[in-house]
Amino acid sequence: MMGVVATEPVPPFERFYLAHRDEVLGYLRRLLGQRAEDAWQETFLRALRAYDRLQHGRHLRAWVFTIATNVAMDELRVKPQPVRNGEPSVELERDAFRELEHLTTDLPPTERAAVVLRYGYDLPYAQIADALGSSEEAARAAASSGVRRLRRNV
Amino acid sequence: MTITPELDAQFRAAAVREGLVDVRYDVVESPFGELLVAATDRGLCRIWFDPEGQEEELARLFGLRVLRSPLDEVRRELDEYFDGTRHEFDLPLDLRVAAFNEQVLHELARVPYGITTTYGALANKVGRPRAARAVGTVMNRNPIPIVLPCHRVLGSNGSLTGYAGGLDMKLKLLQLEGAILA
Repeated sequence: MMGVVATEPVPPFERFYLAHRDEVLGYLRRLLGQRAEDAWQETFLRALRAYDRLQHGRHLRAWVFTIATNVAMDELRVKPQPVRNGEPSVELERDAFRELEHLTTDLPPTERAAVVLRYGYDLPYAQIADALGSSEEAARAAASSGVRRLRRNV
Repeated sequence: MTITPELDAQFRAAAVREGLVDVRYDVVESPFGELLVAATDRGLCRIWFDPEGQEEELARLFGLRVLRSPLDEVRRELDEYFDGTRHEFDLPLDLRVAAFNEQVLHELARVPYGITTTYGALANKVGRPRAARAVGTVMNRNPIPIVLPCHRVLGSNGSLTGYAGGLDMKLKLLQLEGAILA
């Protein structure tokens, strides 16, 4: 098309779904424990509802984490009791986070999402800010406040 | 963390139930190998002989919300056809083709099981007796082979001419149907 800068095209939904379904479930398990499965389905249904309005295929991973975070926040606000998740995570790369991860269930929802997205999934703060619907500064503050709280709890 | 097949199936079923999918597809076994079958809300829209990597093409034709999901009715009717127990398909179709093509495909759908016709005869049926070549092009682009039986259309000299799934498959489909070849 004339006048349109070449961008990464939006992939067919099936490809997007196959690429992200497992790690989104992993993320939601960290936030919600056993309650993750309903939230996981809701996340991909919301993604599908919005999918034909996507303008390009960039940042789809951050986009689906944003939706998952919103779904998880709704869930945590309605039923705020923390759920311990005993399942070991296989995707973690950061030792410090691995040691502390099980404690994140005691954090307030926003700090918990910020810490998990930053240290569990290595998302940059700009994308975490999108996921949390906040500024980059606020996302950075939530993550560091979460980490401080974790240190105190150890 | 890997999702379970149950959770995956639940999501796919919910997506279809809520009407969120532009086109869904499934891969079905046939005596000639795997077939990709695809359907919209309106009905069966594609059968392809090569199921691999067709999601982009489906997205281009029908919309980005492409999802693999069981198409049980299509599978059942095709199974019955390949078993020789079904001679006509009852599936709703989503054609979305140019008017001339639709006219030709409509006539094609009326060619009975086990009977062959020619490109010229089909051209006559649609009132364009000199359009045999154009009819050949429509056959060549048939979006739903097998169900729309372009394998029953031969050259005027009885030759097989061509088939998207290969001439061998065209011959085997005609043999399955007990069609008499010239």
